[in-house]
Amino acid sequence: MAVLFAIQGLSSRLQLVSIIVTAALLIFVFELIRRRKLMERYSLLWLLAAVVLLVLAIFDDLLANFASAVGIATPSNALFAAAIGFLILLVLHFSTSISRLTDESKVLAQRLALAEERLHRLDGSPDEDAVEAERRELAAEPPLSEHHPS
Amino acid sequence: MARNLAIVPSYNEEATVAAVVERIRAEAPDFDVLVVDDGSTDETTLRAREAGADVARLPFNLGIGGTVQTGYRYALAGGYEYAVQVDGDGQHDPAEIKKLVARIHADPPVEMVYGTRFAEGTGFQSTSARRFGIRLFALVLSAVTGSKVTDPTSGFRLCDRRAIALFADNYPIDYPEVEAILLMHRNQLKSAEVPVVMHERGGGSSSITVLRSGYYMMKVLLAVFVGLFRKPIEVEAAA
Repeated sequence: MAVLFAIQGLSSRLQLVSIIVTAALLIFVFELIRRRKLMERYSLLWLLAAVVLLVLAIFDDLLANFASAVGIATPSNALFAAAIGFLILLVLHFSTSISRLTDESKVLAQRLALAEERLHRLDGSPDEDAVEAERRELAAEPPLSEHHPS
Repeated sequence: MARNLAIVPSYNEEATVAAVVERIRAEAPDFDVLVVDDGSTDETTLRAREAGADVARLPFNLGIGGTVQTGYRYALAGGYEYAVQVDGDGQHDPAEIKKLVARIHADPPVEMVYGTRFAEGTGFQSTSARRFGIRLFALVLSAVTGSKVTDPTSGFRLCDRRAIALFADNYPIDYPEVEAILLMHRNQLKSAEVPVVMHERGGGSSSITVLRSGYYMMKVLLAVFVGLFRKPIEVEAAA
């Protein structure tokens, strides 16, 4: 096992810490999906990142090969590089998602505004904001007499 | 108002949606028809209204899960007893709605009935690549639910009030038919298959393209796996 020959890859302490941290990440992501706090569509990249980092941490000769292939002197730095690579991917993914959500919420607000306008025109009910403004006005100025015009 | 609702999810189906609506009105006259237009860029909404359907038009594309769930929310709020899903692309034959209805009233009692195109092996059987995916899902779901599932991606389904209540608040997104079967099973609701004949889509294009199907398969299998670890959802008894 790679753990026994950790000298050529990661130090055995770093390897242990890396395995524990990535395994904990994997379990945490799974738990978030199970509790419906994280949608499957946003979880695949997290799971991929956690699994790849876990594999690199366990089989650190693989990590050493990867490090020498891309010209990184120490395998632990290759692990950091891989983690940063995944972070960049994730953040980019969030940026595109936020862009889409921004556009969708704009369209929602516009469609809602047009639907409300149409509803008010159709059933003749007063605008809710106007009703609310009137209510505030009345609360600030209590009627002076019982003959206050309605 | 009818006690039954036909939900017709449609995305850019202007070529077929009117015919589907007219067929439902002719073959299943005791069903109201609600077309849910998933943000189409063509004249789907107009064609559906001309054919006499009510139309809920989504402001942007939600995908099939969000579209169908809109219909289930409408069915729950409207107090419908039964809701049947019929795709707007013409691949399901409204004349076969009565087969689904007959099964849901038969024994043993089930909360959902869906049409399978593979029981009799006639009609359009889908492409070989997609059949592979469907068989994989069928194997997994048969093993998990302990009952025979042959066509878990079928979108031709009839639900009773309890299933409507479950789906109105909890419907999977993106590629939901497979997960919906598991969701029912995990919540002690039963489903059964009925053999039907499906047609090749009349127009538009499938929401599942070849490029994305690998991604979808991964995601659905993940969802099914995670679903096994979820607690059942409390569903109110039928009103």
